[in-house]
Amino acid sequence: MITLSINGESRALDVDASTPLLWVIRDYAGLTGTKFGCGIARCGACTVHVDGRPVRSCVMPASAAVGKRITTIEGINRGRDGLHPVQQAWIDEQVPQCGYCQSGQIMAAAALLESTPAPTDADIDEAMTGIVCRCGTYPRIRKGIKRAAAALANPEAAETGNG
Amino acid sequence: MGKWSRRAFITAGVAAGGVVVFGVAIRRGDRSGKVRGLIAADDETLFDVWLKIAPDNTVTAIIPHADMGQGVHTALAMMLADELDADWSAVRFEEAPAHKEFANYALARGYSTAGMDFPAWLVDSVDGLFFRATQMMGLQITGGSLSVRTTGQLAMRVTGAATRAVLLQAAADEWQVAVSELSAAAGMIRHDATGREATFAHFAPAAAELPLADKPALKSPHEFRIMGTSPARFDVPPKVDGSANFGIDAVLPGMKYAAIRAAPVFGGRVLSVDESSIQDMPGVRKTVNLGDAVAVIADGYWQASKALGKLAVEFDDGGNGATAQDDIFEQFARELDSAAASGRAKDDFVAGDAAAALDGAKQVIEAEYRVPFLAHATMEPMNCTAWVHDNRCELWLGTQNPLGFARQVAKAIDMDPSQVLLHNQYLGGGFGRRAFDDFAIQAARIAADTPYPVKLIWSREEDMRHDHYRQASISRFRGGLDASGKAIAWHNHYVNKHDPEEAPHIPYAITDQAIVYSESETHVPWGFWRSVDHSLHAFFTESFIDELAVAAGRDTYEYRRDLLADAPRFRAVLDLAAEKAGWGDSLPDTMGRGIAIHRSFGTIVAQVVDVEIVAGKPRARRVVCAVDPGYAVHPDNLAAQMESGIAYGLTAALYGEISIEDGAVRQSNFHDYRMLRMDEAPDVETYIIDGGGVSGGGGEPGTPPIAPAFTNAIFDATGIRIRELPVSKHELRLKDVEDVA
Repeated sequence: MITLSINGESRALDVDASTPLLWVIRDYAGLTGTKFGCGIARCGACTVHVDGRPVRSCVMPASAAVGKRITTIEGINRGRDGLHPVQQAWIDEQVPQCGYCQSGQIMAAAALLESTPAPTDADIDEAMTGIVCRCGTYPRIRKGIKRAAAALANPEAAETGNG
Repeated sequence: MGKWSRRAFITAGVAAGGVVVFGVAIRRGDRSGKVRGLIAADDETLFDVWLKIAPDNTVTAIIPHADMGQGVHTALAMMLADELDADWSAVRFEEAPAHKEFANYALARGYSTAGMDFPAWLVDSVDGLFFRATQMMGLQITGGSLSVRTTGQLAMRVTGAATRAVLLQAAADEWQVAVSELSAAAGMIRHDATGREATFAHFAPAAAELPLADKPALKSPHEFRIMGTSPARFDVPPKVDGSANFGIDAVLPGMKYAAIRAAPVFGGRVLSVDESSIQDMPGVRKTVNLGDAVAVIADGYWQASKALGKLAVEFDDGGNGATAQDDIFEQFARELDSAAASGRAKDDFVAGDAAAALDGAKQVIEAEYRVPFLAHATMEPMNCTAWVHDNRCELWLGTQNPLGFARQVAKAIDMDPSQVLLHNQYLGGGFGRRAFDDFAIQAARIAADTPYPVKLIWSREEDMRHDHYRQASISRFRGGLDASGKAIAWHNHYVNKHDPEEAPHIPYAITDQAIVYSESETHVPWGFWRSVDHSLHAFFTESFIDELAVAAGRDTYEYRRDLLADAPRFRAVLDLAAEKAGWGDSLPDTMGRGIAIHRSFGTIVAQVVDVEIVAGKPRARRVVCAVDPGYAVHPDNLAAQMESGIAYGLTAALYGEISIEDGAVRQSNFHDYRMLRMDEAPDVETYIIDGGGVSGGGGEPGTPPIAPAFTNAIFDATGIRIRELPVSKHELRLKDVEDVA
């Protein structure tokens, strides 16, 4: 038995604490938006936030997340009215194709904007290079991050923008 | 649920909330014998797409293709809605009818006319494309860049137009006016003379009683109102909030999890399994020996995966354990040598007399190119959830070929295909891999003797080592130039031909051509890989034409252009790419520029790549892509597919290599089968030409030209001609540095 705080909710889960956080989130907490891609932290599909920082949940034992705030794609807009600006930017730029990596991309992008509100291209490269997209949506991810950064900097303009 | 007939289905639909359903049906009494056999279980089965009109005037298109990121649901719904003159803001889609019991299998069977006699009413309404259309729809396959070309052109548009016609007729009947006095737009029918206006929904019940035309008049492109625009894709919102369900996300009551390890060498078998090594591990339920693979079922996937890692299994190598990658290339080379010496190479395309033209040429250029095996590496590893219960087998997975999967699964577990019910989910990448049913058969066999559903998930290592691979190949060329440098002879001999047939053919006006091939089998499983044979042949042919241009001392774009004088569509695409890229403008010394053009799946694509050599590594900085698909139904989505095809092909060109060692795949995960990442991704600009004629595909044609455009750019920067992929095998240094030295 292990108790985790996921998306603001305390969850008591009947699972061995050495199980990677990814499988605890997916198979025990029932949140399937976080994806399995490689199991060795080389693709980033499993990226979630632990205390606000992006981590590869496929290699992090659940025990390491005890007492910390875990946020998944399902909880990224918690406390907001509607979508997170990164999610909205992803729709506006029509970023996803197959969509499988996009939870990880969005989590990584949101964490980047939290720490670096006006990222340069080099900042984007650094933050996003760990997340593989086989559909090659990278140029749109870059545009999406810039759009979300602009929306966060100036929420009113973003709301009245043409979307 | 009883049996469905078309009429009964419509009636049921009306009863359930006033929704009216239209579809082009295989009519009673008008079926060919073979089709009747396939659909006999149902009184009557809808053949084509369906469209539903709800009382609130919402229009729903029901679409028989899987979405794996190519945007097909949206594009196909647009084609239907445009012909219908629906209000796009009120258009929805469903991948299957709301009636789940009926949905997948009956729908699939409704489509199963592939390779068979067609219903008489269809036969006289078809053109040359129809056979391919029905083959694709018949198998309900998503692939071959064909969804828009076939289902879209020949089913969606026809159904939309036919339904529009009966709606107009119903309005004419009710208002007692001539159909010619009515107009339809944005989901409304209007009688201009009296100003009367009413919704489609108002007329839908009466329209449903009228016969649908087999050959309704379709719009011309200038009449399109929805096609040619770029509305937001239906599948994007669920893909940004985690709610999109992929195969791997299936959750069923009491479900267990399976991890699997197949014999590492292709063709190998399980010799022994020692279950005692894992029997005390927590959560472990069962070990299943499939003969060529061993699976462990446990309460959780991590438990299954850990137990599988500990399980002692012995495999044999099927006699293939001594094979190495070099052996395979040597085998290919020997076959090419001996086939050339004995004259037994098979003709692919022959025009004129290439041998004589080579003899008479002023200059003969020779080159040999090699490409390695490639894995698909979809982001979502292969997986399938199977539940065998109540004398049937239900499957949850992402597949490009649901009907084929159902047939093969049925065979593997000794059921009738009608007992297999397939729930197709979003595909976390397809690229051809999800047309192969190995993982679904495994899941069904594993779950065949369990009382609970089982979710089988392949590890990334399993996925990479048990793919169906893009073939490795060797291609040899001899090209002859006349005194002016013009190419007058083209001789090409390559190993192993698959599909599409025309992949090795060139658009250039070279009079004497001999394109021949030899077969040389390996034990490595072959598979469709985005653009299939085009992915290798575009690299071969577009590299070699570049070499001829260089040998002739000509500009590589101008040289191609001259040879395309009789191919105006190719020339227009080439010119557009060159113009937008600023071909001829000077570049910094650290950069080079390359061009390539190739037609695949009916779409012509030219790309210009600007490459920068940074510390000996090539970085594609900018790709200008010009594309003529005939007509772009959804231009932004076509651009997205070009971006995607470019990234996929560039990844392969840069890094892609699956190599065989001791009969097995050496690579295992993303650390040794590298992917293009954000910091290496070029800017992509796409320019579209609506050249007219038959529509081309969108999902694949962006891939073939990128490898040669990239390596041609590397040549421009370095003077180094890459004749073997991937590029990462080669040491690069700038031309100017070399020249100075």
